[in-house]
Amino acid sequence: MRGETLVGPTARLGWFIAITALYLLHQDIWLWRQPRPLVFGFLPPALAYHGGYCIAVALLMWGLTRFAWPSHLEQREDR
Amino acid sequence: MIPAFIVFAYLGVILYIGIFAWRSAPPSQLRRFGGQGGAAAVEEYFLAGRSLGPAVFLLSLFGTNMTAFTILGSAGHAFANGVVTFGLMASSSAFVIPLTLFFIGTRLWALGKKHGFITPVQMFRDRWECGHIGTVIFALQAALLVPYIIIGVMGGGTALRAITGGLIPYAAGGALVALVVMGYVFFGGMRGTAWVNAFQTVLFLSFGAIALIVIGRSIGGFPEMIARLLDNPATTPLLSRERVSPWYFFSYTFIPLSTIAFPHIAIFCLTARRLAQFKRTVVFYPLCILAIWLPCVFLGVAANGMVSAPRIEAKLEAREALAAAPASMPAADRAALRRQAAGDDVIPIMLEWFAPLWLAGLLGAGIMAAVMASDSQILALSTMFTEDVFTYYGGTSRFGEAVQVQTGRAFVVVLTIVAYLIALRAPQSIFDLAVQYAFSGYAALSPLLIAALFWKRSTKWGAFAVTAWVAGAVIYTARVPGALAWFGLLPVVPMTIISCALMVIVSLVTPQPSSRTLARYGW
Repeated sequence: MRGETLVGPTARLGWFIAITALYLLHQDIWLWRQPRPLVFGFLPPALAYHGGYCIAVALLMWGLTRFAWPSHLEQREDR
Repeated sequence: MIPAFIVFAYLGVILYIGIFAWRSAPPSQLRRFGGQGGAAAVEEYFLAGRSLGPAVFLLSLFGTNMTAFTILGSAGHAFANGVVTFGLMASSSAFVIPLTLFFIGTRLWALGKKHGFITPVQMFRDRWECGHIGTVIFALQAALLVPYIIIGVMGGGTALRAITGGLIPYAAGGALVALVVMGYVFFGGMRGTAWVNAFQTVLFLSFGAIALIVIGRSIGGFPEMIARLLDNPATTPLLSRERVSPWYFFSYTFIPLSTIAFPHIAIFCLTARRLAQFKRTVVFYPLCILAIWLPCVFLGVAANGMVSAPRIEAKLEAREALAAAPASMPAADRAALRRQAAGDDVIPIMLEWFAPLWLAGLLGAGIMAAVMASDSQILALSTMFTEDVFTYYGGTSRFGEAVQVQTGRAFVVVLTIVAYLIALRAPQSIFDLAVQYAFSGYAALSPLLIAALFWKRSTKWGAFAVTAWVAGAVIYTARVPGALAWFGLLPVVPMTIISCALMVIVSLVTPQPSSRTLARYGW
């Protein structure tokens, strides 16, 4: 579907980098063998990290819906 | 018996919600539908008239993806493998699924609205100007979906037997659950199924947090418990990922690609009233995963320290015995130890031991909500059969739309009965395995959607090559243990990469669809 996005090429590159970076951050090898320190006194670091990761994904998705939303898909239908 | 009564009340409530969900339809939709048949009636039954509101759309889409594994399996996996469970299955899904909904789901919705598609195969047939290749894709999708439905019936039977303390035998429990699901899918169609799923999601979301708080209070807080696990060399590895290779961990990020390729999810994307409804869904989806999975995984890990509960202590002893077992131990004894050490029931055990009776009842309802996730798959298969086979091969033009809806309903009944009969006879382990292969299969089918929506040059022969490869690879990996597990990766990685390569190579050497068709897709 050509011309899908209203986002310019620079912004598109920016979003691509942001998504790729977040994908790579899922592979947190620096925490691989660390059971300490416990976050909030009871959460193992890997669990806390990936919990935070989910929140980071929600923020990324908020940014995408706010600044890169393909609203033309709906407008096309409304016409 | 209190938990059993709560579960029966729950079954009654969802039956009511499912059957009477049509009352929630917008007045304009009810006027169009009017119960008189026609295309509007078809869309109402199979797609809720493309009119679901934002809250139901979010909660139902999320609930459709949650299965028995979410509550029971995740805690059981974490009990045996530790905190790695969350990264393997939860945070990878939290990343991939919203992105696929954002990039693919929204476009499916727009094309469905523009061209009137009800199933993905309809879009493939139109986009690639193919007929029978679409039927081949339908056959593979249907074959990969059937194990889920059977597992749902089996889970219902097992859960009801456990909750009622054996008062309701497996066969009767499976029949009751199958009847309830069949009832609201038959009468309520997509709208009924969506409302039931939304209700179940609310139950899921409440369950995790309540269980965490109640158990935490009963054991005197989690910090001491986790400190004990840290001090014990046998349990310390459960708090890190030292037992799992980074490549294996990486492989799991491919599995959630299956979600958008599941027909019930792709079809569900067509039910939104407006495109904007995807916004909240993709933002809140990772947070919902966090809210459900984090408590379940944490409780599963923490269970390793709850030796005051005799049944958990027995599991830990069985695990130790298994680790120390000599190679000469008979396979049957080893299997018995493995069953005893399995942690799928650690949350029910913890609640039984540490929580009041009313919470155990709520848990029973939560478990029922989890095992009854087969409703969407039953409806999706019915939709696919009536649209991709019955209508495509002339049924609707010959008999009319009213018969089409009745055919869909009849298919729901037949499918449920067949699934029930299979569930009575076959061992669950076979279908547990089949579901695992189906995940890889659907993930490897995702290039079909990506190519159809984003690559002008893709062709029907490329789609056929992908479908044939996935069918062959699923059969091969099921028959040959360790097949395609290259470099320590899960088979899903090579399967998906080879699918992409086949789509590109075969498409480039075969003629693309006509310019008229391409123009309809904006090229």
